[in-house]
Amino acid sequence: MNLLEARGLHTYYGASHILRGVDFTVRAGETVGLMGRNGMGKTTLIRSLLGFVPPRRGEVKVRDDTMTGAPPHRIAQCGIAGVPEGRGIFPNLSVRENLVMAARAGVGGRRDWTLARVLDTFPRLGERLAHGGAQLSGGEQQMLTIGRALMTNPDLLVLDEATEGLAPKIAADIWGIVRRIRDTGIATVLVDKNHAAVTAVSDRNVILVKGEVVFDGSSAALHADPALLHRHLGV
Amino acid sequence: MDPVTFLIQSLNGLQYGLLLFLVASGLTLVFGIMGVVNLAHGSFYMIGAYLAFSLSALTGSFFGAVALGIVLSVVFGLLLEWALFSRLYHRDHLDQVLLTYGLILIFEELRSLAVGDDVHSVAMPDFLSASIPLTDTLSYPVYRLFMSGICIVLAMSMYVVIQRTRLGMRIRAGTSNREMAQGLGIDIRLLFRFVFAFGVALAALGGMLAAPVSSVFPGMGSQVLILCFVVVVIGGIGSVWGALLAALLIGFTDTFGKVLFPDYAGLSVYVLMAAILLWRPAGLFGRA
Repeated sequence: MNLLEARGLHTYYGASHILRGVDFTVRAGETVGLMGRNGMGKTTLIRSLLGFVPPRRGEVKVRDDTMTGAPPHRIAQCGIAGVPEGRGIFPNLSVRENLVMAARAGVGGRRDWTLARVLDTFPRLGERLAHGGAQLSGGEQQMLTIGRALMTNPDLLVLDEATEGLAPKIAADIWGIVRRIRDTGIATVLVDKNHAAVTAVSDRNVILVKGEVVFDGSSAALHADPALLHRHLGV
Repeated sequence: MDPVTFLIQSLNGLQYGLLLFLVASGLTLVFGIMGVVNLAHGSFYMIGAYLAFSLSALTGSFFGAVALGIVLSVVFGLLLEWALFSRLYHRDHLDQVLLTYGLILIFEELRSLAVGDDVHSVAMPDFLSASIPLTDTLSYPVYRLFMSGICIVLAMSMYVVIQRTRLGMRIRAGTSNREMAQGLGIDIRLLFRFVFAFGVALAALGGMLAAPVSSVFPGMGSQVLILCFVVVVIGGIGSVWGALLAALLIGFTDTFGKVLFPDYAGLSVYVLMAAILLWRPAGLFGRA
């Protein structure tokens, strides 16, 4: 079943035409890598899917409901949780408050992810519950935003540049967490500069070039054609 | 100053400061969270006082009037946010000042049409109308203690809601990063609509509580509005605790200013504001 389905998305920032007819689907439980150089439209696609930038044309469906142009909180309530680039923790809330404020039952009333389970997944956060959000290191902040997104009991987690600016060891921790989340059956969209790490966990990969999809296929298919990676991603 | 007079003036300063906090807290919340300069905030205080006057006549009970008045002002606040203020969030301050100044004129005119321009008084409930004798000649009115008590309870409830509940966490989260809060499934527009309505109701309640001691008169809103802005500026824009501290400082400064330097009493509050802004330009709890 398609959890998220976008058809023919055209999104503009003012006069600039960023997405030019993008089709993008995520099936339940699937891990999808979203790739492309900077400025090719990855973040715009994510923001269009999450409702922050309504597409000018095209359609976004979550399960069977048309959500095109719906406000972000409605899309989030359908079980789509975004972890934005730059993390977006609330610096004026404590670590505990950052987590608790987001808690909600998932679609169908599931409450798989509780504060206890999130702290079990991220023991580092448990040691810092009373700290202000701004006092955390970059890696801890990333764990906090992922943990906070899990508190909403999502069916799909969208991670935009989750390892950006992190030390290699911390980034490796984050990839480990991404695997564990995938193994619980939550679908994931991954945007990351480390393509090898993405394809190591992803079921399928989509490459964007100038706002259009130029490749949509399995990690095996991508690795079978190194020229493709070289041409579109410069690796 | 003898100790009894000092006590009486301190209680007056406390009561005045707490009332000011009640009215100003809504202004600082709306200003800090939604970025809207609301010149019409004083009108809500005026409307509250007139509600106390009209509704006590209607219901025959001061507390009946207050209860009904709170309900009406919440509904009024919700409608006002939905119809007008929700359109102001992305506009610049000049547009906000124009609209909210226009609202002051409209509210005053409507008030004039509905109840006229006379000065009215509102009877306080019998059981609160007594005074506690302190010496043979000096006493302190129970109603003023009651006002202070209500304000303290409300300030503590606000503290608990904002600091200890999930609702409060969501409001604080929305203040710091509105988009991120929406991304977590929180309907920020709806949340802020209720915050606005709550601010309206607090200002109106301030007017209702003040009505029996200050009388009810046209223009009472503008007087309070200016002091509310002084509170917001001294406390630091958007800070509820800054507003509490600032309101108490103003309450004491104004009260003791009138006693100690009666010739310059009108200036004391502004001297205080200037001094604090020289020391901390963003206000006591403001983030520069």
